[in-house]
Amino acid sequence: MRLEKRQHSSASALVLAPIGAVVFTLMVSALLVRWAGAPVGQTYALLLQGAYGSVFALSETLTRAIPLMLTGLAATVAFKARLFNIGAEGQLYVGALAAVAVGGMHDGTGLALPPALLFFLMLLCAALAGALLLLGPALMKARLGVDEVVTTLLLNFIVLLLVSLMLDGPMKDPTAMGWPQSVALMGELELAKLIPQTRVHTGLLFAVALAVALWALMKYTVLGFDIRALGANPRAAAFCGVPVTRTVVLVALISGALAGLAGAIEVAGRTSYLTLDMSPGYGYSGIVIAMLAALHPLAVVVASVFVAGMLVGADSMSRAVGVPTFIADVIVAASLISVLVATLLTQYRVRWR
Amino acid sequence: MNEFLDILTNPAFWVAVLRIATPLILGTLGVLMCERAGVLNLGIEGIMVAGAFTGWLAVYVGAGLWGGVLVAAATGAVLGLLHAFLTVVLALSQHVSGLGITLLATALSYFGYRVSFPKVSTPPTITPFQEMDWLGIPILAEQTALTLLALVSVPVVAYVLYRTPMGLAVRMVGENPKAAEGQGVSVVGVRTGAVVLGSAFMGMAGSFLTLSAFNAFFFNMVNGRGWICVALVVFASWRPGKALLGALLFAFFDALQLRLQQSGAAVLPYQMYLMLPYVLSILALVLVARKASYPQALMKPYRKGER
Repeated sequence: MRLEKRQHSSASALVLAPIGAVVFTLMVSALLVRWAGAPVGQTYALLLQGAYGSVFALSETLTRAIPLMLTGLAATVAFKARLFNIGAEGQLYVGALAAVAVGGMHDGTGLALPPALLFFLMLLCAALAGALLLLGPALMKARLGVDEVVTTLLLNFIVLLLVSLMLDGPMKDPTAMGWPQSVALMGELELAKLIPQTRVHTGLLFAVALAVALWALMKYTVLGFDIRALGANPRAAAFCGVPVTRTVVLVALISGALAGLAGAIEVAGRTSYLTLDMSPGYGYSGIVIAMLAALHPLAVVVASVFVAGMLVGADSMSRAVGVPTFIADVIVAASLISVLVATLLTQYRVRWR
Repeated sequence: MNEFLDILTNPAFWVAVLRIATPLILGTLGVLMCERAGVLNLGIEGIMVAGAFTGWLAVYVGAGLWGGVLVAAATGAVLGLLHAFLTVVLALSQHVSGLGITLLATALSYFGYRVSFPKVSTPPTITPFQEMDWLGIPILAEQTALTLLALVSVPVVAYVLYRTPMGLAVRMVGENPKAAEGQGVSVVGVRTGAVVLGSAFMGMAGSFLTLSAFNAFFFNMVNGRGWICVALVVFASWRPGKALLGALLFAFFDALQLRLQQSGAAVLPYQMYLMLPYVLSILALVLVARKASYPQALMKPYRKGER
């Protein structure tokens, strides 16, 4: 078997490939549903209904999609420049820590700022915290050649322990009866709800706006061109005068900031305080979303609604027919692999010898 | 200071060091085999989960303990084959494929566990490997046979890698696949073999957790050990002997932080001690980075006839 590069790949194949891959994944996952002893048709119907079937279901899915969109964008910009940032989970948590530190810890008495300014300051600090956390690995990669995959992965564990430390100590909510949870954000800093009686909040608009901004940055600016050049061929990019180190550092700052914002928006929009289980792996799912979206910022919006839908739909489906919720994680992971293969087949054709 | 001496002179401490090191030794050898052939395998974290689960499940339904280890190794090999198909045959991104394998293997294991045991409040248990009292060597006698297997694997892997044609082929495809192809070595074949074998070691590393260190399967029980192995390989400059040293060093600090937490000397919050091994891993990477001799073709996909 041999792969042969196609001269040109058709536009319809590029769109159909991921859809076909997801359908294929759902067909294979049906075997697992059978193993769990549930009727396949009903299970998938319940899954879709629980994800997109009602205003409430859709609002829950969109709520879940907000942090995924932001971590998905964080992975997109980094992977586009071949900076393999696997640390979005940690960056999300330091962003949330920074948000609580600025917007919650002093009851608004310490900093007598108007809420609008404090809100801006809170987001700025969260973005900065996430950016700085990724700056270290990026510099280590650029200056010392230390593989950023391992350093960013290990930092996730360090940050989670740091969060645990803060929840035991300085940020502990004294009224939480020993439950490890931080003090709450000031009420004025919480995001408004988009639809009354649901949890979906204005963070959604913020995340979509950032997706559009990132798309414009990639398409229309010099930095965007440098990022794409670096991702396509680092040696050729360096040869043509793309400032490699500077671009990697800027990409790290943007990617880390996006993940940090995911943490702040999650606190301000959904939880209002920080706990150790605030993120069920949003940072890692962000990478899946970025790949499902073929590293296109606007497609990240669609991919995150798909992944969020699977996770939310699985919850209600599981209650009804008893298939474990982990089926959603299987579907998401298997989709990643089959989309990768399908995308490859749009660029190469298989020759059997 | 006395606290330190008390800990270091206690044989139980060194028993713990060797026990903590065992899955790291097996996992690090696995990563080393893959990377020596030029393939990064970030699937290790998930392969360890899958090995821990399937090995334990096999014993739970009636297989022998060694049968469980074999099942874990086979599970690793199958996942390794998938990784090799994606990264070697199709030449997809090794980073993304590895993460995909980790997510898939973890999700499948957790799904399988929940389907097999829908409503359990306490995890079902098995009778794990026993200590090797017959051995008569202090500290080692208090380990299980899997630790012995891990220790013996180190010189075996080193021998195969440096003294056999097979090992030479593995190192060649990891350094210069084009030259290897020119010598008539099948790059795809050798890389696939190395990844499958390496992944089998990762599966065994996982099974140590459920068949020796504990007697049940828990969620999150691998808890980053796989990633530590990836860091240890860099620290070891891709050499089996140094990998053993690195795993022991890491286990030493991990055991030390546990003891310090428990002893009266714990002046810092316990999280600081737990951070220590991760911080040390990053420091070790930075320190060896300058002289690290990466396999030249690591992470570089190879497509025949393409430049």
